[in-house]
Formats: sequence, structure tokens, C-alpha cells
Amino acid sequence: MSAIEARDLACSRGLAPLFRHVAFGVASGEWLALRGANGSGKTTLLRCVAGLTRLDAGEVLWDGVATREAAGEFRARLLYSGHSAGVKDDLSAAQNLRDALALRAAPATEEALNDALAHVGLEKRRHLPARRLSAGQKRRIGLARLALDPASLWLLDEPLTALDDEGQRIFTGLLRRHLDRGGLALVATHHDVSPAPARELRLGS
Amino acid sequence: MSAAAIAGSFPTGFSWALGRDLRIAWRHPGETLLVIAFFVLVASLFPLGVGAEPQLLERVGPGVIWVCALLAAFLSLPGMFAGDYADGSLEQMALSPHPMPGWVAGKIAAHWMSTGLPLTLLSPLLGLQYGLKADTLAVMAFALFLGTPVLSLLGAACTALTLGARGGGMLLALLALPLFVPLLIFGAGAAEAQASGLSPAPHLSLLGAALIVAAMALPGAVCVAIRIALD
Repeated sequence: MSAIEARDLACSRGLAPLFRHVAFGVASGEWLALRGANGSGKTTLLRCVAGLTRLDAGEVLWDGVATREAAGEFRARLLYSGHSAGVKDDLSAAQNLRDALALRAAPATEEALNDALAHVGLEKRRHLPARRLSAGQKRRIGLARLALDPASLWLLDEPLTALDDEGQRIFTGLLRRHLDRGGLALVATHHDVSPAPARELRLGS
Repeated sequence: MSAAAIAGSFPTGFSWALGRDLRIAWRHPGETLLVIAFFVLVASLFPLGVGAEPQLLERVGPGVIWVCALLAAFLSLPGMFAGDYADGSLEQMALSPHPMPGWVAGKIAAHWMSTGLPLTLLSPLLGLQYGLKADTLAVMAFALFLGTPVLSLLGAACTALTLGARGGGMLLALLALPLFVPLLIFGAGAAEAQASGLSPAPHLSLLGAALIVAAMALPGAVCVAIRIALD
């Protein structure tokens, strides 16, 4: 069982405070939906939790340990997917996925890789350079990564952007499987996703 | 959570970044070829420009080749982190379990292998155009072998500082080129000393010392600059 807890987070961009006194807790098998208008700080909050953006105040605890103190171990448990897909245009979908997993020190077998690409509907395009894929297809490489990465905590920023209905169904299937296995997720999204979130956090109000 | 414990380490991060960047350079060789073509072209233009007087060419040869190598290495700097920064790969690396200096050093090594190393290997051929003697050519190539990794290291720090800045290219020139000056002086000095019958050892020792200091200090500085850029 794992849990993430955030206490009294505050962050500002330039001189303007973005959010203050934000607190939440998520346990194994639950996901938290981040809601809020554009510019209310959803992306920044996710980046703060991941440790990319510096917090003005507050702390994030993973299993009761401050993530700032055990940053390496926390990062090993963490999968972050931001606005940009992190896909290299010159490499094929399969190579992108292979690199992404090797970077996370979680290499997958060729068979698992092909299964995951087939699951997200890229089996025929897996050897094409990513520059020849559409925005939604690049997102699907990210979905294949979600299927293979053993991370316990997902931090997802608008994961449904550019995905068609089928892609969205694949995503919700993956999310459900992740939660069933005892995973956690923080998802910033404007969509209604099933399974329903355990909690909602509304920013900017 | 049943997930197996995954742990990162310096060598894994280093070899991951080295392998990946070399693979990208191999799949997309345009940039490397452009750097090499620039080096060859500019170094070949000088003899045409200054005239075919053998003594003059022999005198300016090492310096000109060093300046050309420096500018060619500089040309390739903006691509070092900017592409990864723009497509989100850099934040994925920053969030990997591997310590940051590992993959940063791997990226710098890949940059050197795809720019500095080919330049070093080509330099004796270009030196022939200037009528340099065999021993001078060897000293020049060895000086470049020691100096071009420092160019990659210094360049990495400068290009990481300009990540996300508007007009980054011009800023990079202002930041990086002055820092290259000591390398130019000692690098070209080594070959000149050899050509005039003196020992090139002091120059080469200084280049070697610069390489050691740069390799120890600069990856850490690059990490700080990347963290600031991603913040």
C-alpha cells in the first residue's frame, strides 16, 4: 500500500500567487481529479508534486517521507506525462517506447513492447518515424508507456487531449487496471473519466 | 504495490543518454554532416583567401584550423538540449530515477562523439592544405583531441543556461565564444610550439588540465541550469 499526501502547498509564478494552502491525500487504488479553469495552476501543481517546479511552501509526502528528502526513490515510483509527449520525431514508435522504458530502468521484453503497441492500435505503425504519426497517435505511444511502466504513481496532465473515442476508452481501461493493482493517480482533466475519481480538487476558487 | 524495485544509477543514466543521442545522430545525420562540411569548407577557404605562400600558410595553419573547429563545434551547440526541452524529453530525463549528472554527462559525451571526434579525425587532412609537417599535424590532432571535449562541456553549460530564453542563439554566442578563448590559445599554441622546434608539452598539459577540471565541474553546473530551465 502506498499513499501520497500534500500539505499546505503554495506556488507562485513571478509575483502572482498561483495557489495557496492546497492539501490533498490519495491512497492506493484511488485517483484524484484536478479541476480548474485554464491558468488556475493544474499543470504547475502536477509539476510541483513531481519535483520539477519549486514550491514556495508546503511539502509532499510519499508513504510518510518527504519527497524532497528521498527524491531519487520517489522519482523511481513516479510516472509524469505532461503537455508534450516526450516523443522523438526521428525515432520509431517502438524505439521511443523502448527508450522511455529504459530511461525508467524498467526495460520491457520485445514481446511485451509489441503487445502494448498493438493494444493502443499502433502495431502497423511501430516502425514508422514518429514524425509521420498524428498528434493522437503520438499520445498513444504515451498510453503504451502507461501500460508497461511499473510506476505506482501517475501524474497525468490532460491525458485525453488529442485522443479519439477509442483512445479514451483505452486510457480509462489502463487507469482502471492501474488502480486495481493498487496504483495511485493525479490527473488534471476537463473530461469526465470513469472510474470516477475518489476526490476532486478544484483550483483557482 | 507489486512493482519491482526500480533503481537508477550514474552508469545506467550515462549509457542510456549516450546510446540514445548517438542513435538519434545516426538516424538524422544531417546535423553532424553539416558541422563537418562547415569545418572542411571554411578551413579550405582560408588558403584561397590569404594566398598560396607556403610559409604564411604554415604559420597560420594551426590557428585557423583551431578557429574553424571552434566555430563548427559552436554551430552544433544549440541542438544539444533545445530539442529535448521542446518535445518534453528533458523533463522525462529529469524525472527518471537516474541521478541527473549521469545522463547529462552521457549527452555531453554523445555530443563530443558526433562533433568533436570527427573534427579531430579530419584535422590532419585539412592541415595538409597548409603544408604542415607530420609532427605538427600529430600535435595539432592530439591538442584537438584534448580540447574538443572541453568545447562540448563548456558549450553544454552555456546552452543549458540559454534554454527557454528568447534569442538564445545570439546569447549563446556571447556566452560561449569568450569562454573558448583559453582553449584556442593553448590549442593553437601547442602546434605552433612544435612547428618552431619547442616542446608542445606545456600547452598539452594545460589542455589536459582544462579537460579534467571541466569534466569534474561542468556537468554539475549543467544540471543546475537544466533544473532552472524546467522550473
